[in-house]
Amino acid sequence: MALSYDDVIAKYEPVLGLEVHVELNTESKMFCSCSTTFGGEPNTQTCPVCLALPGALPVVNAKAIESSILIGLALNCQIAPYSRFSRKNYFYPDMPKNFQISQYDEPICFDGFVDVEIQTDEGPKQFRIEIERVHMEEDTGKSLHVGGATGRIHGAEYSLLAYNRAGIPLVEIVTKIVPGTGKYAPEVAKAYVAELRDILRGLKVSDVKMEQGSLRCDANVSLRLIGSDVLGTRSETKNVNSLRSVERAIRGEMIRHAELLNEGKKVKQETRHFQEDTGLTRSGRSKEQAEDYRYFPEPDLVPVAPAATWIEELRAQLPERPSLHRKRLKEQWAVPDKEMAAMINADVLDIVEETVLLGADPTKARTWWLGEISRVANEKDIAIADLSITPKDVAEIVALVAASELTDKLARQVVEGVIAGEGTPAEVVAKRGIKVVNDDGALMAAIEKVCAEQAETAEKVRNGHVPAAGALIGAVMKETKGQADAARVRELLLGHLGQATN
Amino acid sequence: MINNTAAEMSSALAKGEITSVSLTKQHLDRIADVDNEVKAFLHVDTERALAQAASVDADRAAGKALGPLAGVPLALKDVLAQEGVPTTAGSKILQEWKPPYDSTVVAKLKAAGVVILGKTNMDEFAMGSSTENSGYGPTFNPWDLTRTPGGSSGGSAAAVSAFEAPIAIGSDTGGSIRQPAALTGIVGVRPTYGAVSRYGLIAYSSSLDQAGPFGRTVLDTAMLHEIIAGHDSKDATSLNVPAPAVVAAAKSGDVKGLKIGVIKQLQGKGYQTGVLARFNESLETLSSLGAQIVEVDCPSFEYALAAYYLIAPSECSSNLARFDAMRYGLRTGEANGASAESVMNSTREAGFGREVKRRIILGTYALSSGYYDAYYGSAQKIRTLIIEDYKKAFTQADVLVSPTSPITAFKIGEKSEDPIAMYLADVATIPVNLAGICGMSLPAGLADEDNLPVGFQIMAPAMQDQRLYNVGAALEAALVSKWGGHLISKAPALGGAK
Repeated sequence: MALSYDDVIAKYEPVLGLEVHVELNTESKMFCSCSTTFGGEPNTQTCPVCLALPGALPVVNAKAIESSILIGLALNCQIAPYSRFSRKNYFYPDMPKNFQISQYDEPICFDGFVDVEIQTDEGPKQFRIEIERVHMEEDTGKSLHVGGATGRIHGAEYSLLAYNRAGIPLVEIVTKIVPGTGKYAPEVAKAYVAELRDILRGLKVSDVKMEQGSLRCDANVSLRLIGSDVLGTRSETKNVNSLRSVERAIRGEMIRHAELLNEGKKVKQETRHFQEDTGLTRSGRSKEQAEDYRYFPEPDLVPVAPAATWIEELRAQLPERPSLHRKRLKEQWAVPDKEMAAMINADVLDIVEETVLLGADPTKARTWWLGEISRVANEKDIAIADLSITPKDVAEIVALVAASELTDKLARQVVEGVIAGEGTPAEVVAKRGIKVVNDDGALMAAIEKVCAEQAETAEKVRNGHVPAAGALIGAVMKETKGQADAARVRELLLGHLGQATN
Repeated sequence: MINNTAAEMSSALAKGEITSVSLTKQHLDRIADVDNEVKAFLHVDTERALAQAASVDADRAAGKALGPLAGVPLALKDVLAQEGVPTTAGSKILQEWKPPYDSTVVAKLKAAGVVILGKTNMDEFAMGSSTENSGYGPTFNPWDLTRTPGGSSGGSAAAVSAFEAPIAIGSDTGGSIRQPAALTGIVGVRPTYGAVSRYGLIAYSSSLDQAGPFGRTVLDTAMLHEIIAGHDSKDATSLNVPAPAVVAAAKSGDVKGLKIGVIKQLQGKGYQTGVLARFNESLETLSSLGAQIVEVDCPSFEYALAAYYLIAPSECSSNLARFDAMRYGLRTGEANGASAESVMNSTREAGFGREVKRRIILGTYALSSGYYDAYYGSAQKIRTLIIEDYKKAFTQADVLVSPTSPITAFKIGEKSEDPIAMYLADVATIPVNLAGICGMSLPAGLADEDNLPVGFQIMAPAMQDQRLYNVGAALEAALVSKWGGHLISKAPALGGAK
């Protein structure tokens, strides 16, 4: 019988361990000068080094070292004054050298932490996730198994090998074990990965796109009876490709483990693969007999020994921590909690900030991105960032409204035009002939016309029933095809009908 | 003029007394005449060599500035990648493989106008001391065709010794240049680790491998050394320091006032009588030239061979993992339904020779979890001790010396069934590799008991390669004047079958 999550947490305490692989966005690969651009024709971004031709040698990409140090600093790590690469030896067809150059016992960064905050019914809660190590390695190529029913190697007729990815720089960020998150374990894990993603994005060292695999999370989960200090057997779930999946995978594994333990069975130490469709994991290779990777120091490379002065230069370049940054923006912009959370959830904080930096009012900028633009993105089912409207466009539109050259209603038409690819806001305004009627004479003509048509309502207003003016203003706006400034119309109308304008 | 030195050929070319095409043809003819007996070459690259020679001649005619060895032919060990030319490292697993790129050494040779005659035989992946481990059959010592030329660069050494080429490139991981130079009566230098780029040198043991020059004289060897040395950004272990001025040193050759240290551990038991006799005579000669001979103690050298046979196999077990039939080279066992794994297994079974398999197994074992500390870890500690021994010894002497090989050239087949006996051939050369320093072997005469060449080894600290040439040139000049000519002129004539 399936256990409920509440049953699980009533009896067991989850212990987490998270390994996040980040593809760095360096222009060239970790050990050669091949391009790292995503999506090229298979095997066009290769050379003697990343194809492991006889005689070829690796040379470390200095930019990758810099990125790794930046990551370490941002995660409050110590930076090793001396660290080495090792060879991790195992045979696999998509790994050209049949060993992976990785850092083993001497990672470049170690002993850091990341603080994360989650929202709970009892208010916000903070957790500190301790970082064991940050180390550099290279990615493998890709195998494509053709002809089988499953797309897996078993039953395939043949396999194709693509090596463009072989040698792309990876950084692996490994946490220490994370106990004490209790029922919040899945959310804490999600918040941790989200925080990491924001930190990395802020550092501009990776594209951090989980769906493209530039940020990948392996989640280790084990359970122990509440009060016990003995660690349970862990499973390692791979293939967790979105923030939501991190949460689902951990929740699912907690339930699976608890069911096994309740039945008196053992949890197998193994790798499991997360399946998006079911939210469940399936068994991968068993780790009971740990593979012997025969690590030894990579003799083709010299140790990495970053100068202390360089590390301090990099430390000085660190951007503001995302959590502090959010806090600062919230205060500066005077945003209510709910609105702030909405921006974070919709992933528009950066884009709103950029818009504000271009001169837009924070509330206006937020309203556009969270409102109309989000609505269009949802409608089209694409990410906001993939729409053709930019922070610059929005800032321009906000400015036009502020200068009364557009009304809010007209501005929406301009936004629509920009998204439709009609050009910049100015171009859309010009092409569509959108303009606010600023000419009081023209407005007065419309007002007189409307008051004549709706004499009864006009009379009410004249007699002091100001709320009735709304209908008249609406009619004037209609008469001017929405191009009038509603505030000015109201002012003129009330004046015309002998009422105070405030 | 194949019997001349490279320096003489260089001068004749510069003066217009001979063209490179003619010089190259003379060597190609010599190869045609004698290589059926010596079997130094795996691939003779006639067309490219002649084209390269013609291009150098044209450049010379056009008055272009040319390097000193422009137009001089050379034999290249098959361990170095040359674009479009079969490069096998002596292994069946790379039969027919043609690299799409030039190793840095080859690029430098081409840029210097050196004419590459072809690729020479070697122990498979440079693993061996006799060239018998080649996947393509052994090379024979020009001094006695029933004997090995040493190895692993036996093809290059034999080619120079047999006048098939005046100079050659080899590689030295545990003595693979110096030992064959000793056994064939020529000069061979293993430069300081990191002085010559390893880019494009097919790896045996990355922390020990180093390409280097062969010549029949110290000066010829220096001229080639100077061309291939220098920093290379494609090799992370390449040293970014000015290359030592080896040609100048080879031209001066003065040992007056120098301290020469004889390593206590590299003589005595296990060394052939004639080898020790020639070694001691050379010491006397150096002494008579004004050098001070001192004895130095290097106690850790006793463990050098053991450390080498853990480190080199460990690195090779990983370096040779790439030969998996997936991207290049041999592929066997490709039946319907065969998995990638079974094709890999079948190819490696068929493509690697016995010694290579032995070392892969040895290295895999030494790196295994639970054994790493005892084997690979201990070997690295010994390596550190050997470095310390050298450091101390070099405070007592400017250069260190020993016999290059404890024995003269041995018979084909004599040691091929006894790996330990074969490994002992490198006992005096291996410490240099473990410490990453430089070493030279030059002819010290013939052993009385077998009339075969004996090699004299000189060792100098890292990036002090010029000291080898300085001492080598002085000793060579004294010995040549004593002998009335270079030792190589005493080699028996070849081509008798013709």
